[in-house]
Amino acid sequence: MANVYASMTPGANTVFDVEKIRADFPILGIKVGDKPLVYLDNAASCQMPRQVIDQLVHYQTTQHANINRAVHYLSEVATMEYEKARRRIQQFVNAREEREIIFTSGTTESINLVMQGYGRKFIKAGDEIILTTLEHHSNIVPWQMLAEEKGAIIRVVPINDAGELDIAAYEKLFNERTKFVGLIHVSNALGTINPIKPMIAFAHQHGVPVLIDGAQAAPHRVVDVQDLDCDFYAFSAHKLCGPTGIGMLYGKSSWLEAMQPFKGGGDMIASVTFEKTTYAAIPHKFEAGTPPIAAAIGFGGAIDYLESIGMDDIAAYEHELLNYATERMAEIKGLRIIGTAAHKTAVLSFTLDGIHPHDIGTILNEDGVAVRTGHHCAQPVMERFKVPATSRASFAFYNTRSEVDALIAGIRNVQKVFL
Amino acid sequence: MMMNSKSLYQEVILDHNRKPRNYGVLDNPSHHAVGHNPLCGDRLDIALKIENDQISHIAFHGESCAICKASASMMTAAVKGKTRPDAETLIQEFRDMATGKLDPEQPNHLGRLTVFSGIRDLPTRVKCAILPWHTLHAALNALTSVSTESDDDPVQATSASD
Repeated sequence: MANVYASMTPGANTVFDVEKIRADFPILGIKVGDKPLVYLDNAASCQMPRQVIDQLVHYQTTQHANINRAVHYLSEVATMEYEKARRRIQQFVNAREEREIIFTSGTTESINLVMQGYGRKFIKAGDEIILTTLEHHSNIVPWQMLAEEKGAIIRVVPINDAGELDIAAYEKLFNERTKFVGLIHVSNALGTINPIKPMIAFAHQHGVPVLIDGAQAAPHRVVDVQDLDCDFYAFSAHKLCGPTGIGMLYGKSSWLEAMQPFKGGGDMIASVTFEKTTYAAIPHKFEAGTPPIAAAIGFGGAIDYLESIGMDDIAAYEHELLNYATERMAEIKGLRIIGTAAHKTAVLSFTLDGIHPHDIGTILNEDGVAVRTGHHCAQPVMERFKVPATSRASFAFYNTRSEVDALIAGIRNVQKVFL
Repeated sequence: MMMNSKSLYQEVILDHNRKPRNYGVLDNPSHHAVGHNPLCGDRLDIALKIENDQISHIAFHGESCAICKASASMMTAAVKGKTRPDAETLIQEFRDMATGKLDPEQPNHLGRLTVFSGIRDLPTRVKCAILPWHTLHAALNALTSVSTESDDDPVQATSASD
């Protein structure tokens, strides 16, 4: 069979049965024109398994009402399910307490919450914020807005030619004005896995809190916020097989309690009079208004699904796929991989001599191969490598070696068109 | 939506991409504009000379994808020798064709430019084909620069994020 690939996972006696996993994802069976879909845009958004789709339907057909309000049956059930999802996320990232998990609309809102709630309260004129060249725009722009408002200064950690952070330069950036660090765990554009644990420890030696953008890390490896000792950690559900419109922010309870609310409204108050409003305790202080309840429950379901496979097995399988795809790409003349860090997730950003990424993306699409083309919301990375854009194939645990082969054949076809 | 993309990379488009016509810099242009597509970083510089109410010379250069470059090349070939109103008609018709408002089967002045009609099925690529025409329109109307993200853009932004 062309599409079967099973591998022994190192350190485990289980066979990673990718065909069985693929059967959980109805969308992977569709065709693009007359070609089977080869979905390699998982860093942008991951597909949803039947288990999570069913859970959304189950919630909407038997459990839905508004949460935290009425005393009737459905409201109780919905509230319970919503809080159960929070508990699943807490366990998933090993947070100490449930109340340290805040539901947001996604990574971007999580970072904006910290900027508004922490930054606007604690960052002052002349203070310095450290970011890195690898950041996604969502961990750059909010801090620029804050810097402009407060007269704060942004310092940027450079990267080397492989797309790895210059740690010596990072450490040199610290001084008595350094007040915050925003750090991407895994680069969305290049796949670089940053050594965040020692970087967090270094920042803490200087009394500086650290926010980790974990959007590209949480779907691919075990995240333990207590072990990392980060102050904030953010990611989105839709990049780990969950719904769009929901994400999380982990924050140490001491910070969350000290922070000001991000949005005002219902659900985030203890009491309201026109003279004075008292805010609710965390996490509710940060969850004004009716949240996307079904999406939050699906977020919990997606975590159940991933853990039923096992994050370590997912990481090992994806690493094998990355190695295979990297080898196959090396065979192609005129192909340059952008981002060759020693530690990477299964992301391959590349350019082809003389061919614009948009043309690559459109022609690959004719073969049913979905890749992302563009600057990946990481223009400083593109600038560093002196390219306007790249094509990016990003893999998930449901991708196969034969899909890598389809990508390689597609790239050769692109080159043939432009011969 | 991808059904027609095959017909997009036809030989005539590939040929204009490989050997773009009127590629280069024009000395002493009477009209000039720079077009920019911030979504993909494409940048196009178009300069022309109008003499006796006709576009007597036109040249373009810049960095772009094959669709944009071929569109620019074929555009310069098409408008050379044309009057300004005739060029504006072509601009309007090309934009309408690219956005699906003009059926290339109906009477029009586009000629070989209908090779781009398949672009209407690729919303993310429409801007690539339209950028040269935007830029020409800006040059003719004495606007020095134009962006595909401007307010009068006929196509809404289709930026994705991740």
